[in-house]
Amino acid sequence: MPKITYQDDKGNSKTIEVENGLTVMEGAIQNDIPGIDADCGGSMACATCHVYVEEKWLDKIQKAEEAEVDMIDMAYEPKKNSRLSCQLIVTDELDGLKVTTPAQQS
Amino acid sequence: MIKTDTIIIGAGPIGLFAVHQLGIKGLKAVVIDNLDRAGGQCIELYPDKPIYDIPAVPECTGEELTKKLLEQIKPFNADFFLNERVDEVKQDKKNWIVKTNNNNEFYAPNIIIAGGVGSFEPRKLAVKEAEKFEGKSIFYSVRDKQKFKNKNISIFGGGDSALDWALELSKFSKINLIHRRDKFRGAPHTLSEIKKLEKNGKISIKTSCQLESIDGDEIIKSINVKYEDGKIENIKTDFVLSFFGLIMKLGPIAEWGLNMNKKTIEVNSKNFETSKKGIFAVGDICNYPGKLKLILSGFHEVALASVECFKRARPDEKYRFEFTTSSKTIQDRLGKK
Repeated sequence: MPKITYQDDKGNSKTIEVENGLTVMEGAIQNDIPGIDADCGGSMACATCHVYVEEKWLDKIQKAEEAEVDMIDMAYEPKKNSRLSCQLIVTDELDGLKVTTPAQQS
Repeated sequence: MIKTDTIIIGAGPIGLFAVHQLGIKGLKAVVIDNLDRAGGQCIELYPDKPIYDIPAVPECTGEELTKKLLEQIKPFNADFFLNERVDEVKQDKKNWIVKTNNNNEFYAPNIIIAGGVGSFEPRKLAVKEAEKFEGKSIFYSVRDKQKFKNKNISIFGGGDSALDWALELSKFSKINLIHRRDKFRGAPHTLSEIKKLEKNGKISIKTSCQLESIDGDEIIKSINVKYEDGKIENIKTDFVLSFFGLIMKLGPIAEWGLNMNKKTIEVNSKNFETSKKGIFAVGDICNYPGKLKLILSGFHEVALASVECFKRARPDEKYRFEFTTSSKTIQDRLGKK
């Protein structure tokens, strides 16, 4: 199973195995990773599963569609590498992916 | 104090259907919601997005679903208290007293919490200083636009609210429209109007930058924005308006002494009562083994909760299970002849 690393804004990190097909958000929720709220449950409607994707992965993950970028406008402290983790679907290619959660989600 | 059979907190689809399920049993209800209209997440988050899993409704939008539910509960004439948030829940023997931030008081044997993920509130600016200026120099909505006359106003956001207010207030004030990227989500027509005003100096558009810090003691004197390349710009500002949409906050619900699991309320799946007798939780906010956050699950939950509500509100009457198709009593309540 692909390993995903979730790091918080203070630098504490946890690496867990996430099943292919789940989203990075679901991986966090199912494993009680703090820092990802996902209030809307993954319907791209709330921007509370906002993460920063480690730069080197930006070209390897699927590009954000317009609706996601629009939603990131609402996120807490968006940056160039901001993504909504509910839109990142885990595959073998993402083995080793590292995301950092913002200081808060709202 | 308003007396009723059931106080419903939340006017989303499940709160609305609660009115129906209580109504056909002859119970009165009031509905309280922090938003200015009914519909909850359906109307606030996805009014135009399609929903495909409402039984017998192959496709409908959040707005259509809300409209249909409002039509369905019309015969029951429930009173709606919108723009109000429930702040306090107190026990009075077998009854409950509910107080809102608008100083309304309600009294009933039952409370149904259909609060979704909590109440919708404006998303606040991220910088630390923002809080102390809120309500003085920083606003998340415009109540009285006269307040913003002949001032320097910095508006944050890229959606319709930001664009519309930039256009409107530019009639009598100097506007800075500030957005984190160069693409705006708002209506293209409004944007082209704004671009015209930019040429004659009425509006200044600043993109690819975000709020970095705020200067001022009691009121704001200026703000600093930081561009992607690291450059900082100081902007003379009297008022900041920020439009980053709404966020759901659990709010006071967490303080009502109910058994909680993270942001959800523990219920039994027999009648969806919480750890307090007479307080029920249904829809996205409730939690029990196997819970699915689906609208259709909420409909089922509130149907069962309403039976227990009946027993508590009419302790001397026997509850009789009836079908809407064949019950004369229910059809009378629905106003059908």
